[in-house]
Formats: sequence, C-alpha cells, structure tokens
Amino acid sequence: MTDRSDPTHPATFRILWVAFPLALMLGAFVWIASLDPLRGFDNGAPPVEALTVERSILDETGISLLVRAGGSEPMTVAQVMVDDAFWTFTQDPPGPVARGGAVWLRIPYPWVLGEAHLVNVLSSTGAAFEHEIAVAVPTPKASLGQMRGQALVGAIVGLLPVVLGLMFFPALRGLGQSGMNILLSLTVGLLAFLLVDMIVEALELSNEAAALFQGAAMVWLVALSSFLLLMAVGRSRGRPEGIALAYYIALGIGLHNFGEGLAIGAAFAAGSAGLGTFLVLGFALHNVTEGLGIAAPMLRSQPTLWTFVLLTLLAGGPAVLGMWSGSLAHAPQWSALALAIGAGAILQVIFEVGAYLMRQNSGRLKSVLAPSVLGGFLAGLAFMYVTAALIKV
Amino acid sequence: MAHPESSPFAAPMPGMAHGNMTMVGLVDHVRNGFDPTHMLTDWDTGQTELLPDGRTLRTFTVEAIDKEIEIAPGLFFPAWTFNGRVPGPALRAREGDRLRIVFRNLGSHPHSMHFHGIHSARMDGVPGAGLIEPGEEFVYDFDARPFGCHLYHCHALPLKRHMHKGMYGLFVIDPDPSRHPENVEVAASRVLGSPENARWQEMAMVMNAFDTNFDGGNEVYACNTIGQAYMNVPIPVDKSRPVRIYLLNVTEFDPINSFHLHANFFDYYDTGTNLTPTLRTVDVIMQCQAQRGILEFSFADHEPGMYMFHAHQSEFTELGWIGMFDVRDPSA
Repeated sequence: MTDRSDPTHPATFRILWVAFPLALMLGAFVWIASLDPLRGFDNGAPPVEALTVERSILDETGISLLVRAGGSEPMTVAQVMVDDAFWTFTQDPPGPVARGGAVWLRIPYPWVLGEAHLVNVLSSTGAAFEHEIAVAVPTPKASLGQMRGQALVGAIVGLLPVVLGLMFFPALRGLGQSGMNILLSLTVGLLAFLLVDMIVEALELSNEAAALFQGAAMVWLVALSSFLLLMAVGRSRGRPEGIALAYYIALGIGLHNFGEGLAIGAAFAAGSAGLGTFLVLGFALHNVTEGLGIAAPMLRSQPTLWTFVLLTLLAGGPAVLGMWSGSLAHAPQWSALALAIGAGAILQVIFEVGAYLMRQNSGRLKSVLAPSVLGGFLAGLAFMYVTAALIKV
Repeated sequence: MAHPESSPFAAPMPGMAHGNMTMVGLVDHVRNGFDPTHMLTDWDTGQTELLPDGRTLRTFTVEAIDKEIEIAPGLFFPAWTFNGRVPGPALRAREGDRLRIVFRNLGSHPHSMHFHGIHSARMDGVPGAGLIEPGEEFVYDFDARPFGCHLYHCHALPLKRHMHKGMYGLFVIDPDPSRHPENVEVAASRVLGSPENARWQEMAMVMNAFDTNFDGGNEVYACNTIGQAYMNVPIPVDKSRPVRIYLLNVTEFDPINSFHLHANFFDYYDTGTNLTPTLRTVDVIMQCQAQRGILEFSFADHEPGMYMFHAHQSEFTELGWIGMFDVRDPSA
C-alpha cells in the first residue's frame, strides 16, 4: 500500500487539493447568495407554491389536515374553506411554512358521517389547494379495542394464509424433481405478481406525495438498493438454500404483507372501503400460496416446529403492523418507501429461487423452460391475478 | 340520549358551533388605502363650476392604477383599480350637469372608462373611442342623463379579466326636482346635500367577487370588496331615519347575485331611473352583472339590534358576502 503512494503527492498536498475546491464552492455560494446575480430573471411573477395533504383526521373536534409545503419560498396559509364556506382554523405551528415543512391545520368543522367534503386551503397569493374527503368517517384512534380489531383483520389477511400454506409441508415432502420444479416455478410466478403489484402500488402512492420526495425516482432507487443489499447479505454466507432461502422468501412476503396491511388500514381510515368479510376472505385466499412458496425450498431440509412459527410470524406478522400504521399514521411517501423496500426484497427472492431451481436441474436452461416449469410459473401468475380480482375495489 | 358515546356524531359536536363559519383574522384597511365602512358614504362629487349658459360643469379625475389589495385577511389579489380602490370612486352628479371625466392610465395595460349612460359613440370607452394605452390621458365629455343608479367600468378586452380585476364603480345621477313636477318631494330627497336628503342614511354598495387563482371561479365574494367586512364592523343605522342603498352587481363568472334583508322589507327602484318603486315590499332582489337599483327601507318600528343582510345564494354568503346593520335608537 505505502509503496504505491506517490512521493510527489504528500498527504498535506492532497488535503489542500480537497480543501481548496470545497472552499471555492462555499465562496461561490456565498457570492451568489449575497450579490444575487440572478435577479435579472425576476419577472415579478408570484412565487411557485405547492401544498400536499399527507394526512387527514376526522374526529369530534372537526377536521385536521397535515399539510406539507413545497414551493419556491415559504408560504402562508391565509384562509381555509370547507365546502365553499370560509371556516375558522388554527395552524400548528403558526407562521409561514418553509419549503419541505409540514404543519397541522385544525378546522372545527361539523362534518357529516358518510358524506363527502371538500377542503380548500388558500395561500396569501390566492392559490387554492383542494383536498377531497370522499367519505367522512371518524378516523380510527389508537384505542385497545380498535387495535385488537385491526390485529384480527391483519391476522386473517397475513398469518392465516401462511399457516395454511405451510401445513401442506408434510404432504409435499415426497415430491420428485418434476413436482419440485412445478412448485418452485409456481412460487416464482406468485412472487413475480407481487413484484409488479408492489411497484405499481408504490408508484401510485408516490404520486400523492409532495414533489420534493421525487416519488418515482425514490421508488425505483430504493427498490434497487434494497435488492442489492439483501443480495449482498444473502450471498455473504454462500448461496442461500433450504431453510435460509425460506427465511428470505418469508421476509420478502412479509414486506409485501406489510404493504397490503398499510393499504387496508389506509382505506379503513379514509372510509373508502367498507372492509366487508368478502374482501378480507379475498385477501386470505389471495395470500394462501405464500405459505406454499415459503415451504417449497425447504422440502429437503429438516425444519423444526420453531422454524415454522418464526417463518409464519416473519411472513404474516407485518400485515398486522401494516394495518396499525396504515390507519393511524399514514403518509403516502412513507408507504411508498415501505413498498419499494418490499419490492427489492421480492426481486431478491425471485432471483434466489430461480437460481435454486436452476441448480436443482443441473443448470440446464432447457429443463427450466420445460412445460411443467413454465406451466407452474404461469399458473402462479394466473392464480394471483384471478384472486386479486376479489380484492380490488 | 341513552348512549351518547355510541353515536358521537348524532349530536352537535362540542366546541364546534356553526358560528365558526368565518374567516380568520382582520384585513389591514390602512395598507389597502380604503376602508369599507368609509366607502359606504364616500361619494366623489367632483369639481364644479358654472358654465356661461347657467349649467354646471362637473369635472372628475380618475386614474387607473395597478395595486395589490388584501380582499380577505391575509389573502392578496393583484388588482387593477380606479384611484387605488376597489370598487372605484362612487361618482355622483346631478341630472343635466355637463360632465368631464379626466382619465389617466397609470397602469400596465390599456384601460378605459365605459359609462352606462347616454352619450356619443366617441365617448363610449370601447376600443377606438376612449380606450387608452398606459401613460395616456383621455377626457370623457357628456351630459349627466338619465338620472338613476348607474355604473362605469373598464371596457378593454378581454372584458372578463378587466372586470374581475377590479375596474368598476358606481355612477349615480341624482334627479333634478324641477324636471319632475309630479314627484318633486321624492326627487328632492334623492339630491345629495339637499334638506330633503339630510334625513336619509345613504349607502353605496357594490357586490363583487374575486377569482384569486384565476381558474374562472370566484374564491371570495363581498359587498365592497372586503369579505365579511360588515360582519366584523357592523354598519350603524339610526332607526329613526330611513335607509337608501345604491346597489350594483359586478360579480364576474356567476350569472346573478342577490340582496336579502333580514326581518324587514324594502321598496326597490330597478336602475333607479324612476321615482316610483318597480317592486314594493320585497326582501330579496336579484341582479345580473351590471344590473343595479335603489333600495329604500326603514327600521323605525323595529327594536334595536343586529339585522343581517347578505346574498341569498348561500354559497356567496358563506364565501364572504354577508353583513350586519347595527340598528340603534337615535340617542345611542
């Protein structure tokens, strides 16, 4: 190492050449900020203003909105209208809202259960930012009863199908290679569906977030980073197989179920989904293959009962957490972030299950494209697509 | 009432009376340079001189000025104004006067003054006839007729934009009693400054609205520009004296506006060009854009108190066009 360092470039010289450009940059910023050489471009137009509603809470004190400013300058909320009527409000904290800053607007408005309301926030420049409350219902509160009810729904949606899927384990143990191929490719098919579903969902959510979060870029980059990080972790102890691979699948599915829980919880809070029994059962059916997928790579291993418990909690438990955070603390950019991390995790397990499938067949591409494998993959996609029809409202 | 907890939304929510339907804060009238309370009685009668033929020459000076105004607390609108106020000065003349209106355009766009009255084509304030560029001056010259409650507004194009940016005002011509022998008393009571006029409480009211985000729909409705101004500062009314309102509608984008008086009825003189009412004993009238008229009523038989008036389009009311008469005993 030391023998490769250039004697003409001592350490102090290097430091100087790092410090000098940095100092120059700082000086340039100070100069530009103080002299404002760009003022010639000031055409007298009002500042660009943006306001995004991240959360809305309806309760016995009225309507509360968490709004985030994203304009070119700090903006002032001048007045608030609800349903075309000026209404009193308090802002917390008060004063102009800095770019990227968020404040609560609390409006003592007697909203009507089950009806729609339109909130219009007027800035000092007269720009109007509308927020529609499609169906007014009281926002769930963090009460014990509420949490218990949501945990039950989360368990039905997340835990139950994983348990049911894993219970096929003894029956599947005797499968031959072709049976394994079908099962593994079925798993890849269902994971592929989840990947597409999560990316689409994350992009939709990121559209609702403030522009400064750069929704689409955030989703793709976070998904990519999460994929690479999980790949690195997974490969640090060789190629994951058997029970280890099952854990990775459970993690990816768990993150997906967290996203699903978020969506149900948010819909629940927004009152847009009546969350009928039919819908909850639809989710359970839709997710039943997840247990099969987790079981598939460990058919030739010797998992203990504890392994099954942990896998179930890892894959299904996040649905409960998602339900809670979706209904109590939902903001589009954080939900999009969670889904993007999940998408990266799903991509990692698709990669690893695919690699495992190849190894099982001695790396022959031909056998991977055999009708049974391709059929299993397409069957996985088709099953997920058809059962998803039950849960899309 | 058995289990109020089980249905918290069936009953009125505590601390949330509908009295919260109001704007937050107050408008800085000093910064605006005009006060809606003062504007009610702030008539511009111009400069008068006697012409050789015995007639009165009445000269008004009006300037078009770009100005940002606060139309609701904390809410600013980049207005185009006449004399720095919205509505523009309430010009008041006498039937038969010779009128000269010296108009200077200090704004950033071409403007004009188009009077609703009787005049020649050259004086009409439309493109090619008195519409002037920034920095220019024009003198409108015509006789004050017919008597009534009229208006002027900028007629530069696009008209919609020049109207809703704030370029309008009242133009009232008082009747000359000598020309109306059949109704001398009524005519004399309308002449500003006459002994018969002294007992009347006259008010200038212009119903207008502002599209603050320029999407073709109004955000703020008002009487004399400032939303809810007369809710925050009710208009004092001496119950022993009759009230006369010169009312004009210039609201853009909405087809009509209206005036409703609570707990009382009034006589209405549409366009003010007659000395007998067009409608008697009504409590709501409606006006399309540029329609105007005179309302006369009395609180003589009422007990003192706050009497509301507002547009009877609930939406306009709740977006600012609402006010109160603070009716008091003469001694109070």
